[in-house]
Amino acid sequence: MINEETLPIIFIGLMGLSVLIYAILDGYDLGVGILLPMGADQENDRDIMIASIGPFWDANETWLVLAVGLMLIAFPAAHSLAFYHLYIPVFILLVGLIVRGVSFDFRAKAAVDFKHTWDWLFKLGSLLTTLAQGFMLGQFVMGFSYTPASIAFCLLSAFGVTVAYSYLGAAWLIMKTEDELQSKSIRWALWCGRLALIGVIAVSIVNPMINSEVYSRWFAMPLVMFVLLIPTVCFLAFVWNDLLLRRLPKPNDRYCYGPFLLVVVIFTLCFIGLAFSFFPYIIPNELTVWEAASDVETLKVIFYGAVVVIPIILMYTIFAYRVFHGKATSLRYH
Amino acid sequence: MLDTLMLSRMQFAANISFHILFPTINIALCWVLLYFKVKHDRTQNPVWMRIYRFWVKVFALSFAMGVVSGITMSFQFGTNWPGYMETVGNIAGPLLGYEVLTAFFLEATFLGVMLFGINRVSSRVHTFSTLMVAIGTSFSAFWILALDSWMQTPAGFEMRDGVAYVTSWWDVIFNPSFPYRLAHMLIASGLTTAFFIAGISAYRLRKGDTKLAPKVALKTALYMAAVLAPLQAFVGDLHGLNTLEHQPQKVAAMEGVWETQEGAPLLLFAIPDEESRENHFEIGIPKLASLILTHEMDGEIKGLNDFEGDHPPVKAVFFSFRVMVGIGVVMIIVAWYFSYLTYKNKSLVHWQLRTLEILTFSGWVAVLAGWYVTEIGRQPWLVTGVLATADAVTTQPTGNVLASFITYLCVYAGLLWAYIHTLRVMARKSITVEEFETKELSPTGNTLANNATPNKHATEPQGA
Repeated sequence: MINEETLPIIFIGLMGLSVLIYAILDGYDLGVGILLPMGADQENDRDIMIASIGPFWDANETWLVLAVGLMLIAFPAAHSLAFYHLYIPVFILLVGLIVRGVSFDFRAKAAVDFKHTWDWLFKLGSLLTTLAQGFMLGQFVMGFSYTPASIAFCLLSAFGVTVAYSYLGAAWLIMKTEDELQSKSIRWALWCGRLALIGVIAVSIVNPMINSEVYSRWFAMPLVMFVLLIPTVCFLAFVWNDLLLRRLPKPNDRYCYGPFLLVVVIFTLCFIGLAFSFFPYIIPNELTVWEAASDVETLKVIFYGAVVVIPIILMYTIFAYRVFHGKATSLRYH
Repeated sequence: MLDTLMLSRMQFAANISFHILFPTINIALCWVLLYFKVKHDRTQNPVWMRIYRFWVKVFALSFAMGVVSGITMSFQFGTNWPGYMETVGNIAGPLLGYEVLTAFFLEATFLGVMLFGINRVSSRVHTFSTLMVAIGTSFSAFWILALDSWMQTPAGFEMRDGVAYVTSWWDVIFNPSFPYRLAHMLIASGLTTAFFIAGISAYRLRKGDTKLAPKVALKTALYMAAVLAPLQAFVGDLHGLNTLEHQPQKVAAMEGVWETQEGAPLLLFAIPDEESRENHFEIGIPKLASLILTHEMDGEIKGLNDFEGDHPPVKAVFFSFRVMVGIGVVMIIVAWYFSYLTYKNKSLVHWQLRTLEILTFSGWVAVLAGWYVTEIGRQPWLVTGVLATADAVTTQPTGNVLASFITYLCVYAGLLWAYIHTLRVMARKSITVEEFETKELSPTGNTLANNATPNKHATEPQGA
């Protein structure tokens, strides 16, 4: 059962799960960063927005370390190849992550006159990180080429990821805020949702057009009936969320969790769609998971550890989210 | 000169030098925070809470710096050193993997509760969260030092077709230099933190802070340093003996010994010259190096000439070693003298406080110097005897590496400035804050409302 046939599949599954959890968790806090309003009179909004992600962002970014770590450990050949081609985007991603991560702490502790600067850096760092991630995703889909056409696709993908994270961030804020800021978040979510829908459709059309491999996979009978379910459900989720957002907020803040859950569904479906397009390739059309995998003994050593530890991680992650459930404003002490 | 190899090495050195500053503080600072918190829980004396709340903010800031610079490291393997994982991935992979799984999530998740959860969970759960973060930071040190030590003194593996395979995980983790290196680094973290706390507390006192909190923190830090500084000298000596056994060429470079000799002198100063393979301007104490390293007056020390072409660059190792030891000696003297004064209930006077302020970041300098000794001392190998540094590097165009290297340097310089500036602002702010708020004196001890400046915003962890 646990052998060299199955272990690479298990590990690509674990890695995929980490990437998806990362995209959802860091996605909302990056999105909140991108949406940060910069007006001089909006400092209070910024404080609440940042408070809403305060207890979580460190742990959220750890999922990226896990995903990259799993790739490094389980698929070193793919890791080397991918990051050779992604040298510059990775570097931009890292600078973005560094800047936003520290701005978060500096803004709260720095002298008042620097606070606005750190807020700007937080917003820009979040945006840079997100754009770089979208660009990298595009490069992955394009099989790492830097022709004008593929760069255009990568820019489209960067745009798509940016609005998608903002969508998720806005939905998070609907959950975590009240009153005027919540109304604002609802408007953000509406617009980002529509843009994200356009982005998802554009990427879904361009991807199979450019990649013949992907095309033949998606439109081969009889799978086509099944795989078309994914875009259909995804589209319905977009529409449903749009309708819901237009009716929010409701009395007693009912359904404030709805938009976030729906966006998570959309993220998950898009992720499954992508995974379906490329599995079992870890580098599209170049390396399969079996070709790239580490020695089976190495994989076993980590596998047994992961089986024990990951449930514990999920347990205390849920514990942390329970501790901080409810509106972010209650993080304030007066 | 500045090819992809050299630039990648410099970039990695810059990244890891910047990164190590923050874990070095945090590993020990978190245990100190736990001590403050437990003291508070036991005595219900709010002074401990006040101290906790100041230092937990420093911890949060340092932690963020550590996280972001650490993420950078995890990408560097792939971007700059693909040969590393290709050759020793079967060892490095699981060790790094366990670090992420057992340490990173633990510390990052409980950090949220530790920083922001004090009003949302019971005091016990909060103390428990602090403990979990402390355990997480120490686990992280355990795994990464196991890997680093393995690269210095590899064991428990065999080579097949140019790739390392594990034969015994026990031998891989508890390789010959690991226990010494781990102990040396953990104590170094404790010393760095002790002088860090002492320095910032001294600054507050000198600037006219009359509260109890900085005095108590200073006293705690001085006693901590007084215990750890001599202990570090002892452990450092053991570590040196271990290095002599497994990496004699590194010790030869540290001591500046060219020809194998009996009764080698301890060089206080010299300028090693690799061209002519000799030292200029030597000032030394006869026979002392042999005595320290072999515990015999006429013990034999192998010279660099026995390892020609296979020893590290001498100058960098030689000087780094002297910087580290020099700071260590200063630490012992200062810690003991000032602890003695404190023990005698004498307040430290102006120049003594100034001295501590100057030494605030002395631990950083010593730790960096120590790491340069050990890591430059490992060259030309990346993994001793297994993988040469030059064979692991990427084929990335030099221009890309140069661009990333320069940008990292700028970002790091900016961040370091911002970090130190912010520490100063925080220390200054805390001077004008009242010792206690009435709300703070509530009997349960865990309903500590923020805070001395009522308009503080929501993102601020408790206290000033």
